[in-house]
Amino acid sequence: MTSTKTAPTTIDLTAKLDLYRCQVALRKFEQRAYDLFLENFVKGTSHLSIGQEAIAAGFAAAMKKTDWTFATYRGHAHTLARGVPMTPVLAELLGRTNGLMAGKGGSMHLTSVEHGVMGSYAIIGAHLPIACGAAWSAQYRGTDQVAVCFFGDGSVNIGAFHEALNFAAIWKLPVVFVCENNLWMEYTRTSEVTAVANPAADRAAAYGLESIIVDGNDADAVFAVASTAIARARAGEGPSLIEATTYRHGGHSRADPGKYRPEAEVAEWLAKDPIPRYRARLLEEGASEEQLTTIETEVAAEVEVATEEAKAGGIPGEDLLMKDVWADGGSSWRN
Amino acid sequence: MAQLTFREAIARGIAQEMRLDESIVFLGEDIGAAGGVFKGTVGLLEEFGGVRVRDTPISEQAILGAAMGAAMTGLRPIAEIMFADFFAVCWDIVVNEIAKSRYMTNGQMTFPLVIRSGNGGGLRFGAQHSQSVENWAMMVPGLKVVVPSNALDVIGLMAASIRDNDPVIFLEEKALYSSKMDVPDGEIVDKLGSAKVLRQGGDATLVALGNMVPKALAAADELASSGIDCTVVDVRSLVPLDTATILREVAATGRMFTIEENPRLCGWGGEISSIVSEEAFYDLDGPIVRITTPHIPLPAADALEDMAIPSVERIATTVSKSMNS
Repeated sequence: MTSTKTAPTTIDLTAKLDLYRCQVALRKFEQRAYDLFLENFVKGTSHLSIGQEAIAAGFAAAMKKTDWTFATYRGHAHTLARGVPMTPVLAELLGRTNGLMAGKGGSMHLTSVEHGVMGSYAIIGAHLPIACGAAWSAQYRGTDQVAVCFFGDGSVNIGAFHEALNFAAIWKLPVVFVCENNLWMEYTRTSEVTAVANPAADRAAAYGLESIIVDGNDADAVFAVASTAIARARAGEGPSLIEATTYRHGGHSRADPGKYRPEAEVAEWLAKDPIPRYRARLLEEGASEEQLTTIETEVAAEVEVATEEAKAGGIPGEDLLMKDVWADGGSSWRN
Repeated sequence: MAQLTFREAIARGIAQEMRLDESIVFLGEDIGAAGGVFKGTVGLLEEFGGVRVRDTPISEQAILGAAMGAAMTGLRPIAEIMFADFFAVCWDIVVNEIAKSRYMTNGQMTFPLVIRSGNGGGLRFGAQHSQSVENWAMMVPGLKVVVPSNALDVIGLMAASIRDNDPVIFLEEKALYSSKMDVPDGEIVDKLGSAKVLRQGGDATLVALGNMVPKALAAADELASSGIDCTVVDVRSLVPLDTATILREVAATGRMFTIEENPRLCGWGGEISSIVSEEAFYDLDGPIVRITTPHIPLPAADALEDMAIPSVERIATTVSKSMNS
């Protein structure tokens, strides 16, 4: 990378403890979300990113409050990592009035504009051009905001990916595209249906961008690469495309136990679980066992509170049904 | 007062608003230096510069995604999709993203944006550059749909669309780009959701949109000479829909004919017919009749295209036959 602006790419132990807390929170939240599916509190579908937390946490730590996140339907982690409290996210999954969108969006569309979470998009690739638009807006208005757009490896073969990459490159937009390569689309291995070995990184050259691959299961490595790319975008040097290698521990969605994956592969990636790995590193770097246990206990308690608060939320009524199709708050299409 | 073509009215309407509001930006293919493939945006690059008027690659998803992302973060973008047929390659952004995101986010986001597009047939461009897609847009909750029929309305409805805080699909009838009319000087701002009664008659009400409006007016002239006096209503916007004017004008004559360029099935006239039959059934003196393009792709040959799209003659004959039966 040829950035003239540099950002710190390493952090101190205090910041690392925050990064650990974030990853643990994402993990414990989603484990609870899964339990609540099994208890039928969560209807519909949901896509967990258990195993991929280091990417969401590492990027969020590198972003300013005013920066924007664009996420996919697998967006719980990205939403929480930006500081959205657990209760409204969980309540949204439960379809309650205290949900982030009062139950109108659901698991796949988590959005919190006040936290810079500019939507979770459930059509593959669609949000890459939209992130370009936000970045264009920042460029036009002369703010230093950066749009960070997360997507899966399956997105690299859809047209919107290529339109967005070219568009961002020619307009030098302050956007960072992050491919979370978990090796599998839904039931099909991405490498079986992709012309290049590294689905995002090998496409970077086509848009005049550097090929960047990062260990997506290492929060420090993610933080470093994120900091550099965000600094480059903020300096007006244009977009970056980052491929973060990772693995989802579970299936694609609630309906998918993920049995199509070879046991040895799953075992190999479970051994590379970002959270125990980060925990061990923190101990090596001087954190105490007690500090880490305290974080884990506090997060567990937070999940309990969120669960109770979400369950206590109201059931949305007709007032919400017909609300906010239009900017005037209503849904009228005739006089 | 100056005589203005429909295409000149596009640029005038956009320029009027861009002068007032720095948050308005405009993007699309060939809109800048080229002045638009239909010459509807001539002069905008020169007046507002390349930062506000930006040419794009042929990437319709990128164009509309950019408009959406800009709108959700405080700009008021205008995007051009050159031919309305091309909505088919970026319909996801329109339907799944732009139209739904305010509702899905419980009102956290607003999308003050306008998507302009050349719509409709009559130019012998064949099936992929001639479609009337107003009914595609009308059926999607969350989109406003505006189709002006003359230069004056282009300016006023463009201004109203740009000032509106919701996404507006602004369809410009290609067959009307060279039509002219006298337009007053100064600021012109119209209102969405207001149909216009262009002619008043006691026998039948012709409800028309876009390029079908001048045809309905010409047919009404012909019918008048054979003793059938028609009211002509220009619908102007399908969403919001001015049902009050339509219901009132249909009740006054007891007969309604819809004049639609879109293919027959699920055309906008079907929805209006349904509203009229539910709410003005006892005011009707005869069947509602829909005059549409048949349910076929549009052919290229002039002879065939002229047969397909409702003509002045077909409108007059259909109305006359129905009124005399």
